[in-house]
Amino acid sequence: AGQDVGRSCILVSIAGKNVMLDCGMHMGFNDDRRFPDFSYITRNGRLTDFLDCVIISHFHLDHCGALPYFSEMVGYDGPIYMTHPTQAICPILLEDYRKIAVDKKGEANFFTSQMIKDCMKKVVAVRLHQTVQVDDELEIKAYYAGHVLGAAMFQIKVGSESVVYTGDYNMTPDRHLGAAWIDKCRPNLLITESTYATTIRDSKRCRERDFLKKVHETVERGGKVLIPVFALGRAQELCILLETFWERMNLKAPIYFSTGLTEKANHYYKLFITWTNQKIRKTFVQRNMFEFKHIKAFDRAFADNPGPMVVFATPGMLHAGQSLQIFRKWAGNEKNMVIMPGYCVQGTVGHKILSGQRKLEMEGRQVLEVKMQVEYMSFSAHADAKGIMQLVGQAEPESVLLVHGEAKKMEFLKQKIEQEFRVNCYMPANGETVTLPTSPSIPVGISLGLLKREMAQGLLPDIRKPRLLHGTLIVKDSSFRLVSSEQALKELGLAEHQLRFTCRVQLHDSRKEQETAARVYSHLKSILKDHCVQHLPDGSVTVESILVQAAAHSEDPGTKVLLVSWTYQDEELGSYLTALLKKGLPQAPS
Amino acid sequence: MAAHLKKRVYEEFTKVVQQQQEEIATKKLRLTKPSKSAALHIDLCKATSPADALQYLLQFARKPVEAESVEGVVRILLEHYYKENDPSVRLKIASLLGLLSKTAGFSPDCIMDDAINILQNEKSHQVLAQLLDTLLAIGTKLPENQAIQMRLVDVACKHLTDTSHGVRNKCLQLLGNLGSLEKSVTKDAESLAVRDVQKIIGDYFSDQDPRVRTAAIKAMLQLHERGLKLHQTIYNQACKLLSDDYEQVRSAAVQLIWVVSQLYPESIVPIPSSNEEIRLVDDAFGKICHMVSDGSWVVRVQAAKLLGSMEQVSSHFLEQTLDKKLMSDLRRKRTAHERAKELYSSGEFSSGRKWGDDAPKEEVDTGAVNLIESGACGAFVHGLEDEMYEVRIAAVEALCMLAQSSPSFAEKCLDFLVDMFNDEIEEVRLQSIHTMRKISNNITLREDQLDTVLAVLEDSSRDIREALHELLCCTNVSTKEGIHLALVELLKNLTKYPTDRDSIWKCLKFLGSRHPTLVLPLVPELLSTHPFFDTAEPDMDDPAYIAVLVLIFNAAKTCPTMPALFSDHTFRHYAYLRDSLSHLVPALRLPGRKLVSSAVSPNITPHEDPSHQFLQQSLERVYNLQHLDPQGTQELLELTIRDLQRLGELQSELAGVADFSATYLQCQLLLIKALQEKLWNVAAPLYLKQSDLASAAAKQIMEETYKMEFMYSGVENKQVVIIHHMRLQAKALQLIVTARTTRGVDPLFGMCEKFLQEVDFFQRCFIADLPHLQDSFVDKLLDLMPRLMTSKPAEVVKILQTMLRQSAFLHLPLPEQIHKASATIIEPAGESDNPLRFTSGLVVALDVDATLEHVQDPQSTVKVQVLYPDGQAQIIHPKPADFRNPGPGRHRLITQVYLSHTAWTEPCQVEVRLLLAYNSNSRIPKSPWIEGGEMSPQVETSIEGTIPFSKSVKVYIMPKPARR
Repeated sequence: AGQDVGRSCILVSIAGKNVMLDCGMHMGFNDDRRFPDFSYITRNGRLTDFLDCVIISHFHLDHCGALPYFSEMVGYDGPIYMTHPTQAICPILLEDYRKIAVDKKGEANFFTSQMIKDCMKKVVAVRLHQTVQVDDELEIKAYYAGHVLGAAMFQIKVGSESVVYTGDYNMTPDRHLGAAWIDKCRPNLLITESTYATTIRDSKRCRERDFLKKVHETVERGGKVLIPVFALGRAQELCILLETFWERMNLKAPIYFSTGLTEKANHYYKLFITWTNQKIRKTFVQRNMFEFKHIKAFDRAFADNPGPMVVFATPGMLHAGQSLQIFRKWAGNEKNMVIMPGYCVQGTVGHKILSGQRKLEMEGRQVLEVKMQVEYMSFSAHADAKGIMQLVGQAEPESVLLVHGEAKKMEFLKQKIEQEFRVNCYMPANGETVTLPTSPSIPVGISLGLLKREMAQGLLPDIRKPRLLHGTLIVKDSSFRLVSSEQALKELGLAEHQLRFTCRVQLHDSRKEQETAARVYSHLKSILKDHCVQHLPDGSVTVESILVQAAAHSEDPGTKVLLVSWTYQDEELGSYLTALLKKGLPQAPS
Repeated sequence: MAAHLKKRVYEEFTKVVQQQQEEIATKKLRLTKPSKSAALHIDLCKATSPADALQYLLQFARKPVEAESVEGVVRILLEHYYKENDPSVRLKIASLLGLLSKTAGFSPDCIMDDAINILQNEKSHQVLAQLLDTLLAIGTKLPENQAIQMRLVDVACKHLTDTSHGVRNKCLQLLGNLGSLEKSVTKDAESLAVRDVQKIIGDYFSDQDPRVRTAAIKAMLQLHERGLKLHQTIYNQACKLLSDDYEQVRSAAVQLIWVVSQLYPESIVPIPSSNEEIRLVDDAFGKICHMVSDGSWVVRVQAAKLLGSMEQVSSHFLEQTLDKKLMSDLRRKRTAHERAKELYSSGEFSSGRKWGDDAPKEEVDTGAVNLIESGACGAFVHGLEDEMYEVRIAAVEALCMLAQSSPSFAEKCLDFLVDMFNDEIEEVRLQSIHTMRKISNNITLREDQLDTVLAVLEDSSRDIREALHELLCCTNVSTKEGIHLALVELLKNLTKYPTDRDSIWKCLKFLGSRHPTLVLPLVPELLSTHPFFDTAEPDMDDPAYIAVLVLIFNAAKTCPTMPALFSDHTFRHYAYLRDSLSHLVPALRLPGRKLVSSAVSPNITPHEDPSHQFLQQSLERVYNLQHLDPQGTQELLELTIRDLQRLGELQSELAGVADFSATYLQCQLLLIKALQEKLWNVAAPLYLKQSDLASAAAKQIMEETYKMEFMYSGVENKQVVIIHHMRLQAKALQLIVTARTTRGVDPLFGMCEKFLQEVDFFQRCFIADLPHLQDSFVDKLLDLMPRLMTSKPAEVVKILQTMLRQSAFLHLPLPEQIHKASATIIEPAGESDNPLRFTSGLVVALDVDATLEHVQDPQSTVKVQVLYPDGQAQIIHPKPADFRNPGPGRHRLITQVYLSHTAWTEPCQVEVRLLLAYNSNSRIPKSPWIEGGEMSPQVETSIEGTIPFSKSVKVYIMPKPARR
C-alpha cells in the first residue's frame, strides 16, 4: 500500500523479528498485480522461516484478500493474528470474493473454499488491549480502531523497540462504532493510513441529517428510496441510522435489505456488541440495535409493491445484481430516489447517474430514462487529516510512516507532521524500504550494595540534578550489571592496582620548607572547607588522600617544589588542587 | 431415654440463664462511662495475637464514644500503640485516633503531641500515611489554632520526602488543607522559617508518581478553595501537566488552569514560538479547548464542562471554537452550514440536488493550513461529535452557558445546536432543546434551521416533543413562511400524537402573539376564506382548526387590522373559544360586535382590570355585611361564592384568588349555617338525629381549611393565621356538637383539654398576628382563657357556643400571588374497555403520567392513590426521580404504579388519583418557640393527612386466578 490504496501489505523488521502487516488484494487489477509480490519477502526459502507472524487489521479485502493465496498457495504456516470479529467475518468475504472471481469471471488458478478454511485454521484471535506473546521477545497488542467492526490497530513490540500499525481507522464515532483510541505508547514508528490526507471533513451530523431528511421526504411523498450499498460496514451504519430514525419518528414505511451476505454479517454484528459504540453497548440489554424492527429481508417481488419503501441493495456501484434491477424498475418515476452512499468507479451506472446523465443505454440497446432523483451522500469511515494528526498526537511516536493513500496527498500530510510534531515522516513507495535507526535503552542491573552506599552518602535522588556514581560495568552473557569496584574485582578474581598521579609545582618562596608547608596548609585549609586537610608531623600536607610535600629546589633555593600526589579515584580533586597551587600562594601578611 | 432428655432440657435451660446473666454483666460494663476505656484496655491486654487485637479494635470502632471518655480511650490506644509490633494494628489505632478526634465536643489538641511523636518513630509507610490522615483530622478540627497548624505543616513538609507515594499524598493533602492562609500567620511564629506552601506543593507537580502529582494539584485547588490566592507562576507549571501521561493528572490540571484563569484573566502571557502576547484567560481557554480532544473521556468531560464557565474569554476566541476549516484534496470547502446559509440568503431554498453541490472551490495554501491548532479552533465541533454522550452533554451545557453571555456567539452556535437535535441519545437531544430555549431570546431562527427543528416534532418521545413546543413558544421566526411551516408541522404533530393537543395550542398561542405581523398575510390562507365565495364552515370541534384559530386570535390581539379578514363564523367561533378556552384566547376588540364587550384595552394594569375590581367589590360587600339578618347574609354569601367560582373559571389569572376566597367564604357560610340552625335551642336528646348537619359542616370546614392551607402556593403568614383561626372555630363547633350529643362528661374532659391545648398552641404560634385578630373568636377566647381553664366542660361548651355566635367575621386579606395546585392525569386515560389482565398475586405495572401545576416540593408531597373496588386503598410514594420540572411552577410525574389483588371473577375498575400530602406541623418551625427543640424531627416529616387534588381516573383491571 505504498503511496496507493489497495493491497495493503507491509513488512516490518524490528529487532531481528519480521512481521507482515495485512495481506490485501487490489480491486483494480485482475492479473498478478492484484496480489502483493510475495517473492519480494524472500527469494528462496520458505516464508514460514522468514516471517515471525502475520497481522490482519480488519476484514476489508484490500487488507485480507490475499491471505489464502499467501498462506496456502505461496505457503505460510506461521501464526496469523486478527481480532475475533475479523476472524468471523473474513472468511465470508473471502468466499464471496472467490465466488465472483471463479464462478462469474471463470478464473482458474484461484484459491478454493478449502484453502480459505485451511487458512483460517492458522488464525489466532486476539482481544482488545490483550498483550499476546508471539514468541519470547515479540509481543503484539490490539487497540480499537473504529472503521469497521473488529478493526484494530496493532502495537508490535520487541524489547524496548515498538511499531504501531493503524490499519484503517476512524477518529470520529459513527452510528454503530466508536472512535479509534490509543494510549501514549510512544512507539519508535507509527505506520498510519492516510486515505484522506488532504481532507478535513464536515461534521457528520449534517450529513446524517441531510440523508435522513431526503429519505423522509421521499417516503412521505409516497416515493421509493433505493440505497445501493456494499454488504458490510457502511450498510450497517445506514441501517442503524434509518432504524433509529424510524423508531423515533414512528414511521411505518417498510425498509428492506437485500439478502445475501448481509444476514450472516448482521448476525456477527449482533454478537460482537463490545466492539460497537457506547449507545449500542448501553442499550443492548433492553434491545440489541442490530435486531432490526423495521428492516426486513427483501424479496424480489417486493420491488413492484405499491407505496413507499426503502431498499438497501447490493452492490454499491449499481453496476450489476439486485441494485441495478431495482434501479431499472424505479428509475422512471420522479417520486422515487436513489441515494449513492459511496464513491463510484468510472463506467458504472452509479457514476453515470451521479455525473448527471439522464438517459442511460442499457444492454440490448434499450434506453432508460432516469426521472428519479439522484443523491450523493458521502459516508466514509477513514480518519481525515485532523484525525490522523490527532492520533499521531495521542501516540507520540518518534517517527511516522504514511501508507494507504495517494502520493501527492501524503506529501502534504508529511510536511504537516514534520512541521507540527518535529518528528521524521516517511512515505515509501511500493517495494521501497525505509530504515530507521533507533536508540534503544539498555537496562543495566545495579547491585543493591552500591545503591545503598550511594544513598547513604548523600541526599535522595533528584531528577533535576544528575549525579556521578563510581562503579564497574560488567558485561557478561548479554546482561549488564553495575557493581562496586571491589565486588567486581572479587568476582573477576583480579588484584587491585593502585594508580597514583604525581605532579610537581614550583613555587617562589624563599622561606624554609617547613614554613612553606605550613603556608600551603593554611591556604588549603581556608579554601577547601568541605574536605579534611591535615598537616602531618613530617611536614607534608594531606587533603583526604592527596599528599602535598614541599622540598627545596636543588638549584635555586628561592624556589620550592611542591610534590602533589593523588590516586586515580581522587582525580577530580587532585587536578583541582594542582591548578590551585599553580596559581601560587597568597602573600603572607608578614 | 426420657430421663436423659429431661436432663438435657435442664442443661440447656440452665445454660440459657447463665448466658443472659453474662450478657447483662457485660452490657453494664459497657454502659458505665469510665469503663468504656477500661473495657477496651482489658480487651487489648487480653489480645494474644495482632489479629485478635485487630478484632477488638474493629468491634470497638462500631460504637460511638462519648466526648468525655474520648481522652481516656485515646490514652489507652496510644499506650497500646507503643507496644504493638504489628503494623496493621497500629494502622487501625491510627485511624481510630483520627475518628476519635473528630468526636464532637472533644478538643484534640492534647493528643497532637503524641501523634506527632509516634509519627517520628514510625517506620511503616501505611501507618505513616494513616497518622498523617489523623493529623489532618486534628488540624481541621482546630482551624483557629495557628501554632498547631504551623506545626502540622512542618511535619508534613518533613515527610514530603518519604519514598512512599501514600505518605507524600497525605502530606500534600495536609498542606492543602492547613497551609497558611495569610502572611500574618508567620509573624507570631517568626522562629519558623517562612514557608511558601504554594512553592512546596508546586515542587511536587513533577513528582515521579502520578498519584502524588494529582495530590499536589488537588492540594493546590484546596488552597484555592480555602481562599488563598494562588500565584500566577503556577499557570505555567500546570500547563506542562496538561500533557501528562495519566488522565487523573490531566483532569486535575485542567481544573487548576481554569482556577488560575479565573484569578488572573487579564494578565498577559506570551505565546511560545512567537513574539505575540495574549490574555491569560484566552490562553487558558485555548488550552482547555485543546483538552476537549484528549484521549481520555474523563478529561474531555471535565474540559468541556469548564469551558462553559469561562465567560471573560474574548469573542474572537469564543467563535473559533465553532470554526473548523474544511478542505478536500487541499481545496477549501464550505461547511454544510455555510452552504445552507448561502442558499438561504440567495433566496433559493433547498435546490441543488446534484452531486458536486459541495464541490470544493478555491485552492488552499498548503503552508497556511494548520492541522493542529493550538488555539480554541473547533473545540465544540469536536466536543459535540464525541463518542461518549457524557462529553456531548457537557459540551451542549457549556455552549448554553457561553451563548447566554454572548449574543453573537449564540447566533453562531445555533447551527450546531440544531444539529444536536438529531443525536442518537435522547438525553442529548433533550438537553440541546432546553439549551436552545434558554438562549432563544438572543436568536432568530432561519428558515432552514427551523425546518430541522420542526422535523423533531415527529419524535416519538413525549418529552422531546414537549420540550420542543416549549422552545417554539419563545423562538423568534424571521419570515411568514417560517410561521406557516411551523404551523403545518405542528398540525402534523397534532394528527400524529393527539395527546399533545394542549401543549400545541399553548405553543401556537405564543407563536401568534410574538409574530402578529407575520401571521397577518397568512390569515386568508389559514382560514381558507375566499374573496368571492363563502367557504364551508369548518368543524368547531376539530383540534386542528382550534389550533389555527388560537394562532390567529393571539396574533390579532396586537394587530387591529386582522379582524377585518375574518368571516362571520370566525367571529362566532371566537366567542365560543373565548368562553371555553379562555386561557388560550385573549380578549379582542372586535368592531361592531356586541357579543364581546370590547373590554380590555391593553394598557390597563391588573388592579384596574374590571374583573379584578369585581372580585374586590364582591369580597368587600361580604365583609361589610356583618350585621345583616342571618338570612340575608347567607344569601349574599351564596351569591358571592357562585360569582367567585364563575370568575375563577373565566379569568385564569384570577382563578387562584377567586377560588381561595370562595373557599374561605364557603367555610364561613357553613359555619353560619351550622350556627343558625334552630336546633341549637332544642333539648339535647331530640337533637341527636339532626346533629349530623352541624358535625358534617364542622368536618367540611376542617377539610376546606386544610385545602386552603396546603393546596395554594403563595399563601402568606397572614392568610395562614386566618385559616388556622377558621379551623379553630370548626374545632370549637365540633366540640359543641359532641358535647350536645354525647351523654356523660368523661369523654368531654379529654376533648376540652385537647381543645384548650389547641388554643394555647394557636396563641403561641401566631402571637405576632394576634393584634390583627381584633374582635374575633380567638381574641375573645383568649380573654376568657383563665376562666376556661378552670371551668367544667359543660361550662366551657356553653361559653364557646356563645362566643362562636358573637364572633366577628374575619377579613381575609388577599395574597399577591396565589395559585391553586392542580393535577391532571394524562395517562391512564381511563377510556379503555380492555381490562388490564394479570395473574392474581403478581403485580402489574401501570404507567401513570400526570402534570402538576403550582405544587411546592412535589417530591415529598405528591402521592398516588389506588382505590380498589373492595374499598381497599393504597398509597404509593413516587420516586423523586419520577418528577420532572419542565417549567416554573410546573411538574410532570411519570411513574409506574404497581397494582396487585387477589383473583376476581370479572374485570372491575380501580380508581387512580393523586393526593397532596400535608403536615400542618411543617409550617410551625417558623415560629420562635419551637426552636427550643421540643419537637422530634420525626413528627415534622410525617404525613398528617392528604388532599385529593386530581380527578380520579378509572382503570379497568382483571386479576386472573393463577393457573396451576
